[in-house]
Amino acid sequence: MSADIALVLPIVIPFVAAILAYLFRRNAEGRWISVVGSAIHLVVGLLLLMAVLQEGPVAAQMGGWPAPFGITLVADTLSAVMVVITGITALAVAIYALAEIDRPIAELGYHALFQVLIAGVTGAFLTGDLFNLYVWFEVMLISSFGLLVMGGTRAQLDAGIKYVALNLISTILFLSAIGLLYGATGTLNLADLRGAVALADPALMTMIAGLFLVGFGIKAGVFPLFFWLPAAYHTPSFAVSAVFAGLLTKVGVYALMRMFTLVFVHDVGFTHTVMLWVAVATMVVGVLGAAAQTDMRRILSFHIVSQIGYMVLGLALLTPFALLGAVFYLVHHIIVKANLFLVSGVADRIAGGTEIDRIGGLYAGAPVLAFLFLIPAFSLAGFPPLSGFWAKYVLVKASMDLSMWVVAFAALAVGLMTIYSMTKIWGRAFWKPHPGGIEPTLTSLHPAQRGAMIGPIAGLAVLTVVIGLFPEPFVAVAERAANELLDPTAYVTAVLGAPS
Amino acid sequence: MEPLVAIMVGALTAGAVYLMLARNVLRFLFGLILISNAANLLIFASGRLTPESPPLVPYGADVPPPGVANALPQALVLTAIVIGFGLFAFALVLVYRGYQNLGTLDSDEMRIAEPKE
Repeated sequence: MSADIALVLPIVIPFVAAILAYLFRRNAEGRWISVVGSAIHLVVGLLLLMAVLQEGPVAAQMGGWPAPFGITLVADTLSAVMVVITGITALAVAIYALAEIDRPIAELGYHALFQVLIAGVTGAFLTGDLFNLYVWFEVMLISSFGLLVMGGTRAQLDAGIKYVALNLISTILFLSAIGLLYGATGTLNLADLRGAVALADPALMTMIAGLFLVGFGIKAGVFPLFFWLPAAYHTPSFAVSAVFAGLLTKVGVYALMRMFTLVFVHDVGFTHTVMLWVAVATMVVGVLGAAAQTDMRRILSFHIVSQIGYMVLGLALLTPFALLGAVFYLVHHIIVKANLFLVSGVADRIAGGTEIDRIGGLYAGAPVLAFLFLIPAFSLAGFPPLSGFWAKYVLVKASMDLSMWVVAFAALAVGLMTIYSMTKIWGRAFWKPHPGGIEPTLTSLHPAQRGAMIGPIAGLAVLTVVIGLFPEPFVAVAERAANELLDPTAYVTAVLGAPS
Repeated sequence: MEPLVAIMVGALTAGAVYLMLARNVLRFLFGLILISNAANLLIFASGRLTPESPPLVPYGADVPPPGVANALPQALVLTAIVIGFGLFAFALVLVYRGYQNLGTLDSDEMRIAEPKE
């Protein structure tokens, strides 16, 4: 398979699935299109990853215009891994949505919008052009707006206004930064920008880097720009909040990683130090916010913020080991976080809510669900031998290697606080008897519904355990991604051709 | 020419920030229009302004004559305007639905999703 096809297919397939899903939205079986589309997306993503692992970074020039004039699609190991993980999350959530999304919402075009969202996320991971990245962000944003308010409850509208407002501000900052960068360097191709930024006025570049940092920081949900996230993620349907929690903020983190390893490395002492303390503050504030909440999804939303801090921390340290940790963390986090939101959806269905003071008895009534909650919850908190342990271990060790004791201590303390939140959910939602006297059981679900809800949760949990028990191949891929980020010569050569 | 556009971008941004700091969501939206136009002008100016030399290839030639305007930022601005317009239309409808269902435009009173303890 040629590189062009391998790079284009992961973007085209969700769009085709979206069109078909929209045409068949009134058909009861139309929802399966989303599942099939996500499965094919995962397969082509895996093919792309295999190609990248064999040949190194691959690039394709759209429309035959040579870089840096045309739009380039490019995949290095990080991009390919992100596409695969997007496919995994999309498949899990699409299956879950079979059971959760009912006819009225599906007829509005839920499955089509979901596929457009996946296309936008994949495009953002694969593009090698800054303005094209902006366009993919918009594709992602507009479909996420639609998914967020679909259903139109008062809480959703309330959350939607805040989510839309703050994300649009981020978009404007991103757009202004693109304009200024183009004015200063005359190019928008990421690989070409690397050389151009090194030659430009460093003070000006640091200013523009700051704009990008704020713009992407809002998307990623870092301190002090995260307020839209816990205000919105607990209001839409559970399938939607799972895919948001898994993927959306991580696109912001990916964009930060790309820009601040490939392009803005002219003044690491300033930009990455700012990022370091932002990361520490994000970890701490997120976990403290979670401690104050009593709704499962709101607790988990604040934990997204806290975990974003770990990833940005790995980027800010900018050593091979730290970046390895950041990439590993990214993959682990997407799987675990999407899974926890799916579990909260089942809890809502069988126990009648996600407010942990008003539900209970899940351990006695649904031990399978309790077990499936424990795996991602312990993984999130960093218990060995689950995936989160390795992710946290690498980042803590990387900061100790640089003698950054405060940072290492903060990372460990936040891990401890995470356990507190998880035990809070466990104790009140699972262990304590249900205050309403009912016993929530999985058998209360329709068998087909039960399969579609528990299947993806179990699949993602197995993945967490596999990554935890056999981390070597995953660490090897993450290490390769980190090395390519730190030395993007192969990336630049793939896009621009060998330097003459 | 550039200083003039720069001042305009600054004035638009200042007005936009003033409007966006208001608690009334509708004023926020008006601020959003202004600031997105400021961003568009910024991109437009980033290609350098060359009045009276449109980026056209004369009949019979293969390349435009030297000194014509840079066409790329204009293409970018067109894209950004279209996207911005779509997003703004969505935001406007959302705020209208929000006003119908929540009965307020004051962002401080929008506490349904995050109720006070």
